[in-house]
Amino acid sequence: MEILIYGITNSVTLALMAIGFSLTFGISGLANFAHGAFYLLGGILTWIFLNQLGVPYLFSALISILLVGLLGFLLYWGLMLRLRGLAINEVIATLAAAIVIIEVLRWLGFSGFTYVLPEFIKGSVKIGNVWLDYQRIFLVGIGVALIIFFYLFTHRTKVGLSFRAIAQNERTAISLGIDSDWTAALSLAFGSALAVVAGLAILPLGSIDTEVGYDILIYALAVGIVGGLESIPGIVLASFILGFCQIAVATFFRAQWQTVVTLGAIVIILAVKPSGIFGKYKELEERV
Amino acid sequence: MEEAVRYRRERIDRGIKARSDTIYTLASSRDMLYLLFPRVLPIVALFCLPLLMGGSYWGKVIFYSCIFALLALSWDFMASVGLVSLGQALFFGAGSYVAGGFNHYLKWPMLLTIPAATLGGALICTILLVPVVRLRGVYFSMVTLILPLLFAHLIETLEILGGTHGLLSLTPFPNHWLAVYIAVIAVVIVLFGFRRLINEDFGLVLRGIKDDDRVVMAGGINIYWYKAQAIFISAAVGSFAGALMTHYYQFVGRSAFALDYTILPLAGAVVGGPGSFAGATLGSFILVPLSEALRALGGLRMALYGIILIAALAVLPEGIFHYIERKYHQFERVVKI
Repeated sequence: MEILIYGITNSVTLALMAIGFSLTFGISGLANFAHGAFYLLGGILTWIFLNQLGVPYLFSALISILLVGLLGFLLYWGLMLRLRGLAINEVIATLAAAIVIIEVLRWLGFSGFTYVLPEFIKGSVKIGNVWLDYQRIFLVGIGVALIIFFYLFTHRTKVGLSFRAIAQNERTAISLGIDSDWTAALSLAFGSALAVVAGLAILPLGSIDTEVGYDILIYALAVGIVGGLESIPGIVLASFILGFCQIAVATFFRAQWQTVVTLGAIVIILAVKPSGIFGKYKELEERV
Repeated sequence: MEEAVRYRRERIDRGIKARSDTIYTLASSRDMLYLLFPRVLPIVALFCLPLLMGGSYWGKVIFYSCIFALLALSWDFMASVGLVSLGQALFFGAGSYVAGGFNHYLKWPMLLTIPAATLGGALICTILLVPVVRLRGVYFSMVTLILPLLFAHLIETLEILGGTHGLLSLTPFPNHWLAVYIAVIAVVIVLFGFRRLINEDFGLVLRGIKDDDRVVMAGGINIYWYKAQAIFISAAVGSFAGALMTHYYQFVGRSAFALDYTILPLAGAVVGGPGSFAGATLGSFILVPLSEALRALGGLRMALYGIILIAALAVLPEGIFHYIERKYHQFERVVKI
């Protein structure tokens, strides 16, 4: 029972972390290694609005989501536009952007027990023999809602379909009237905003620590790779596999093994089926 | 409508007497100087710099620059086969731990540990990466990104090879000069060796694999064997750098697998200009002293470093070396269209 409940919350947390990353990297083919930095920045911005400026919680959350989304948009127009197509330079540039954001935040001292986002509703409930706080229930709710929204968005709306189009074949997409730069910028903005949404759901469970900026990236990468970067069912399945494995390992062995399991899973999946469990259209590119 | 007069820049190669890559017909000492200057300059600079700096703090920085230059060269060599690595720390860490392990547990002298680490580390890395040489592009990069992280965590979790504390009190170099000059000579040998190797028949196949692996396969060449060889050569250089650093620090710990040893060489190669080896060396010799100079800024060091990296990528995406090379070999003039 314990494993089941903690497994589910842990899995949904992983899915939330991965969803924005997968939107930009998997679906639009843009490496956004600043994902973790945006996650962190969103949390800290909300804290500033809430505690320093006295803006209500809901509004500070919305403003942060919009601001970080805008920052993602600017990151594309200011930097990525010049590097488009040079995959390694894209990775280095966004990783450098992440380092700048995280290290400036660290320098400003936004780390530690003072920086705690309030839970949405305090309290907890007993399910079976496990105490579960309301925040974790919210988290599962938000996660499920986001995954459904995300699926409908990329399969039913015009913008979402154009995100997938530029990843599959950019030239064909352009010939069909999709402005690929605009779409890519939008995708980066959406991905960044989703990172903040995930941050707002997860961060109230603990205090804000600048280290998470780097950890989130690893987890997002793990989920994306195991599930298949462009596949939504893949992300869900991968989060559940990894989430339950982590909890099971932490319960039966020691907590330190969690990271080893995650990293090991990535290596094995990459060696056996590089485009992930559900990856489809990259099978021709992945190996010779 | 009035038509505006437009200009464009025309680039013309300088008339040198080098007819091809291998046959030289040199007419004058001026031509000879023209070709020799860019090759002799880095060698002279590399050998003189440690003398100028002495055993001071900046003397150490030169040693670090050499270590990172070796890693950047090893990255560039793999990249010229189309294997873009995001984990030079794997090579570095393997070399460090092999050297550290032999020295700590078996008390081997440095004369044995460094060659053993070079070959042993390279062998370990090759065995680890051979199962994934079939992967292309970004998928291969991901494996290399994850492997060093995995090793760092394994060492911590299993508490082997010193665990979180690392292996302490290893044999030091007898003096600073020996360490620096071993590193400098290694950089020179690897730099000119790689530049030569990539233009030989062997290198031609490697570059062919980068451009179109399927065509090379169709030519009846076993590309996996060539890729494995390239990984071995590259890993040997990286492991050698790791072994040198281990004995210089007299310590090896999980930090040998840290992201620093991936990012700095990679940044050096990209800022300097990938694909030429000289660019990777130049980039390392710019970035490493720069990051040491920024140390005075304390916490903001990494942030400023990131800004410089972004600026270099945005302003000069081709790399510093390719820019200088173009300016050296061509002159420009403005012509009317």
